[in-house]
Amino acid sequence: MIKHFLNLEWKAFFRSASFGKSLGVKLLMGFFAIYFMVVFLGIGIMLYPGLKKLYPEQDPLIIVNNFLFFWILGDLLFRFFFQKLPVMSVKPLLTLPIGRNKIVNYVLGKSALSFFNFLPLFAIVPFSIMLLVNDYPLGAVLAWVLALVLTTLIINYLNFIIESFSSETELSFLPIILITGGLFAIDYFELLSFKNLIGSAFNAIYQSPLLIGILVLILVALFVLNSKLLHKKLFLDSGLKTQVKEVNASNLEWTKNFGDIAPFMQLDLRLIWRNKRTKSSVWMLALGLLYGLFFYPNPTYNNMPFFFIFIGIFSTGIFLINFGQFVPAWDSGYYKLLMSQNIKYEQYLKSKFTLMALSVVILFVLGIPYVYFGWKILLAHFAAAIYNIGINTHVILWGGAFNRKKIDLSQKAAFNYQGTGAVQWLIGIPLLVLPMIIFALLNWLLSFEIACLVLIVMGVVGIVFHQKLMRFITGKYLESKYKMIDAFNQDN
Amino acid sequence: MITTSNLSKTYSGNQVLHIENLDIPKGQSFGLVGNNGAGKTTYFSLLLDLIQPTTGHIISNGIQVNKSEDWKPFTSAFIDESFLIGYLTPEEYFYFVGELRGQNKADVDTFVSQFEDFFHGEILGKKKYLRDLSKGNQKKAGIVAALIGNPEVVILDEPFANLDPTTQIRLKGIVKDLAETRGVTVLISSHDLMHVTDVCERIVVLEKGEVVKDLVTNEATLKELEAHFAN
Repeated sequence: MIKHFLNLEWKAFFRSASFGKSLGVKLLMGFFAIYFMVVFLGIGIMLYPGLKKLYPEQDPLIIVNNFLFFWILGDLLFRFFFQKLPVMSVKPLLTLPIGRNKIVNYVLGKSALSFFNFLPLFAIVPFSIMLLVNDYPLGAVLAWVLALVLTTLIINYLNFIIESFSSETELSFLPIILITGGLFAIDYFELLSFKNLIGSAFNAIYQSPLLIGILVLILVALFVLNSKLLHKKLFLDSGLKTQVKEVNASNLEWTKNFGDIAPFMQLDLRLIWRNKRTKSSVWMLALGLLYGLFFYPNPTYNNMPFFFIFIGIFSTGIFLINFGQFVPAWDSGYYKLLMSQNIKYEQYLKSKFTLMALSVVILFVLGIPYVYFGWKILLAHFAAAIYNIGINTHVILWGGAFNRKKIDLSQKAAFNYQGTGAVQWLIGIPLLVLPMIIFALLNWLLSFEIACLVLIVMGVVGIVFHQKLMRFITGKYLESKYKMIDAFNQDN
Repeated sequence: MITTSNLSKTYSGNQVLHIENLDIPKGQSFGLVGNNGAGKTTYFSLLLDLIQPTTGHIISNGIQVNKSEDWKPFTSAFIDESFLIGYLTPEEYFYFVGELRGQNKADVDTFVSQFEDFFHGEILGKKKYLRDLSKGNQKKAGIVAALIGNPEVVILDEPFANLDPTTQIRLKGIVKDLAETRGVTVLISSHDLMHVTDVCERIVVLEKGEVVKDLVTNEATLKELEAHFAN
């Protein structure tokens, strides 16, 4: 049976209309994977000698154990944003003679093979070899390694549960932030020291390996809970069908101020507000806006002005990146209608542009309080905002002409976590990195002010040539019209 | 009104449509029948410039559809559910389509109110998104949206499928009215021979992408079609 499932996925991947793009993305992900593997390997090898050197009188293993709590929290957070849960179109399988158990076990089993579960091994194995070299008892070290592997799997299935619950809420990333943030805070303010608790738990396992049974029990419990949850979703009337909610309609008359793009703006606003997936990208705004608070209070970043630009582009452009990269795929469900209707492509694209530009302005204004950390930051954010409006909006719209992947907004299929993987962040890289390089270079060669000015000028040039650029972009969309219609007609 | 010349569509060496010559005069109700894969939807997609012809072209009201977009103001269509915008209510969808066709809200309201019978009280004022309606009700909304803004050419792909018997009968009335009294050119495809012969003045049978019969409808037509498809 597993052979059949694998076969189906293989075909879904290779026969997909966005195959070329997926392959490119997979290659890029491969490079990232190798990079992380090397980093972890380095950590694993260097950890023992490093800790021995820094704290000669302490046992490195105990230090590592005390640190495990943070690893667990970090891993949970990282997975939530980057690990893609297995997606399977289940509906066609339900009426076939395949046990529901088999489907559920396959999906869960496959997630155990995720790269994220193997990555820690690259650090754990060399570290434990170092332990053995330094005369730690073999049995105890093996038990410790096994305990860590089990913990990784526990995190894996815990994440599965968190994601399946939070994907049903609008603020999808709120639960994970609350959970990890809460645990961290409890530990930080010493209400209950999870750090020591988990540290001593692993010390205990090291002392008496039989305690590993507890981890096995937790893992089994999580697995059973997961399969119960998935089982429930496998009925047409629960997971596969969304509940019908009553609509509260607003007429959005104010969009009339934008002239002939008004009908499209209304459509886009409704698109954003009435679909779970787009709605969560609105909540992302809050995350982007507060992003600077992770860095600016820390004085280390004060002498790294290129970092201001990074935060500036990211925090004023988070909507732009999240929403823009899926133009025109947001409308893929009814693309044929748009193409046969009496519309001007330019107006359609201009509505998207206006929304993105507006979001940049609003986010910049809301971010003005960052001036508290220095006027340079405000200037850098301003330059970033202008650059976003003038350059990045056009770039991302242009990139949309190569978009071939349909987005199913109705999200009726269970296990549908489309677009919640690492890929959606990859696209942000050129948008973020290019201005950073330009800025860093000029800042280093000339001065901070000139570097800001250059980005502003680049942005203004983009705004001045807006009409021309839009005409060029529209041309690109018209060129790939038939390809897009064909691709959006396919189901994956 | 619509002239098709030397039109063909080939997918990787496999010809799915080949129409040497087909003229559809203004105000005709035109029916297209044929088994699965006969090329009905392909022809409609070519008419709407959703796919590119391999050879030949279609000229609609003097405009070559794959060269200029000027046919869009007077043409409208409902091919399948992908013509609906799932997250809008039916009213909002009608307003959106109306706006694209130069009709304001009041115009759309008056227009849509004629179809209260057809809707059977299941579409308007229900405060439901289109995606939450049943297949049949979605179809009703899509068909009516295709009639907004006085189009001169209306294209409906399998309009009778998925509809309940009452609505099928009402739809026949609507289509007849469009062609006979308003001079709209209506193109319909169907698998239901009875419905097309009821509604259409002219019926063309496609087989493996080629026109094999071109009939003016009369009492004998249904028999003839049935005999044709029985073999």
